[in-house]
Amino acid sequence: MNPELVVVKTAAETLIRAQGINQTWGERHVLQNIDLAICENEIVTIIGPNGCGKSSLLRILLGLHSADSGKVTRRKGLRIGYMPQKLRIDDRLPLSVTGFLMLAPGARKERVQEWLQRLAITSLAKQPVQRLSGGEWQRVLLARALLIEPHLLVLDEPVQGVDIQGQRELYQLLPELRNELGCGIVLVSHDLHLVMAQTDRVICLNGHVCCSGHPDQVSISEEYNSLFGNQHGQQHLAPVLSNELAPELAHYTHHHDHSHCVDGHIEGSDECDHIDKSGEHKHD
Amino acid sequence: MISWWLLPLFAGLGVAATAGPLGSLVVWRRLAFFGDTLAHGALLGITLGILFDLHLTLALIFTCSVLALILLQLDKYTGIASDTLLGILSHSSLAIGLVVLSFFDNVRIDLMAYLFGDLLAVNQTDLLWILIGGLLVIGLLVWQWRGLLASTVSEELAAIDGYPVKRLKAMLVLLLALVVAISMKIVGVLLISALLIIPAAAARPLAKSPEQMAILASLIGMVSVCAGMAFSFVWDTPTGPTIVVSAASLFVVSQVYHSVRK
Repeated sequence: MNPELVVVKTAAETLIRAQGINQTWGERHVLQNIDLAICENEIVTIIGPNGCGKSSLLRILLGLHSADSGKVTRRKGLRIGYMPQKLRIDDRLPLSVTGFLMLAPGARKERVQEWLQRLAITSLAKQPVQRLSGGEWQRVLLARALLIEPHLLVLDEPVQGVDIQGQRELYQLLPELRNELGCGIVLVSHDLHLVMAQTDRVICLNGHVCCSGHPDQVSISEEYNSLFGNQHGQQHLAPVLSNELAPELAHYTHHHDHSHCVDGHIEGSDECDHIDKSGEHKHD
Repeated sequence: MISWWLLPLFAGLGVAATAGPLGSLVVWRRLAFFGDTLAHGALLGITLGILFDLHLTLALIFTCSVLALILLQLDKYTGIASDTLLGILSHSSLAIGLVVLSFFDNVRIDLMAYLFGDLLAVNQTDLLWILIGGLLVIGLLVWQWRGLLASTVSEELAAIDGYPVKRLKAMLVLLLALVVAISMKIVGVLLISALLIIPAAAARPLAKSPEQMAILASLIGMVSVCAGMAFSFVWDTPTGPTIVVSAASLFVVSQVYHSVRK
């Protein structure tokens, strides 16, 4: 692992920490013993198939729902900027983009204009929110999340329904924002092949934390392969896009040096001989 | 020298002005049926008031508030405050109110006045209730407007942003209960939601922002009150329903205007 990265993280403060999170919906044990910490200046991508518990975990981290057991500790006064995956505003509410953004707590006109400019959506300022395209609306939602000057930025499926150009722009923007604001960023994605290249840590979720590590390392885990390898065949083994085309994206390639397997209690995890709480110990 | 029609006029205008912003919130948050249920339940409040010889307005406010909080809890814990449940509660409470009222042979009560309102019977005390209640409602709405609007847009987002979403919702339904209680005399149990919803719906095509819609809804409601009173004098029709008919006409006009302008 890049030694510089580790140094940065050692100095960083933990923003939010989840310990021993368990959640059951009826018969289904959706989340099992999840441990997770996110630091300042850190970009974490949470991936997993549908129904893997991503949304449940997110709701718990955001404080919208309390887990059956386990505990979530936040840094005191933590401000979370949340960009939801979907938000439909009823036609009966006459609301312009500016009006919508002004609803963020503490939002001021000048700041709204600054973010509109920064995200290149100044022309939308007076548009009714119901008339925006998917990509435009995503940017407005991002602007709203940024307006509260977040310590932690949480983006739920931020590139879903956004064209490849929009995705590239977002993936260029996020690391910039991280550097400027010093905030932690959590991305949730169902895309199991490609993550943002600047991701510091990928957490692969399927009820439990299957594996976690730097983007290039995720696919090494045998477990990841048994989970997703069948569905996608060999697709993720070969580069899908060359780096010249999409330097913002990272794909999982096999580097057979070592593996990170956070959860030791998983069936078929004997291959993960290197049990290492890699996601955790660096932050303490 | 106070003309006999001034009290009712001011009462009607007061209710309409209050109903504007509140009605807009009701429309945005799809609380129309909720308001209806409160209004129907209000008849139980009248019954209780008579039964225990209480001040009728206080009995009404009390019953509506309790009902509002019960509905809120049902919504929170069971998630079944659906239209079915509201429909059951709404109509059964209306029916219970009517049945219980019929037991009081010795009490002469003008049922029609409670069902459809009797604006012309408004007295100074009623007007005072309306003005104080109205100012309280508008004041609280203005004070918490941003939070109310934010949680209307998305309760989740508002909660993450740190707005007290649950308390705001409780406040909103209590204010709704208060308005239902104080406007019952004007338009009656069956027409209260009309006064909340129709002006707001009529204001929608003309408004570019939520605030504009709230203010326009107040104005449209006030025009409806004036027009309704005037027409009811000319044609000798019941005042409450005539006000609602005026509001409905304005709604049609605004819809036509909107589609023509498009």
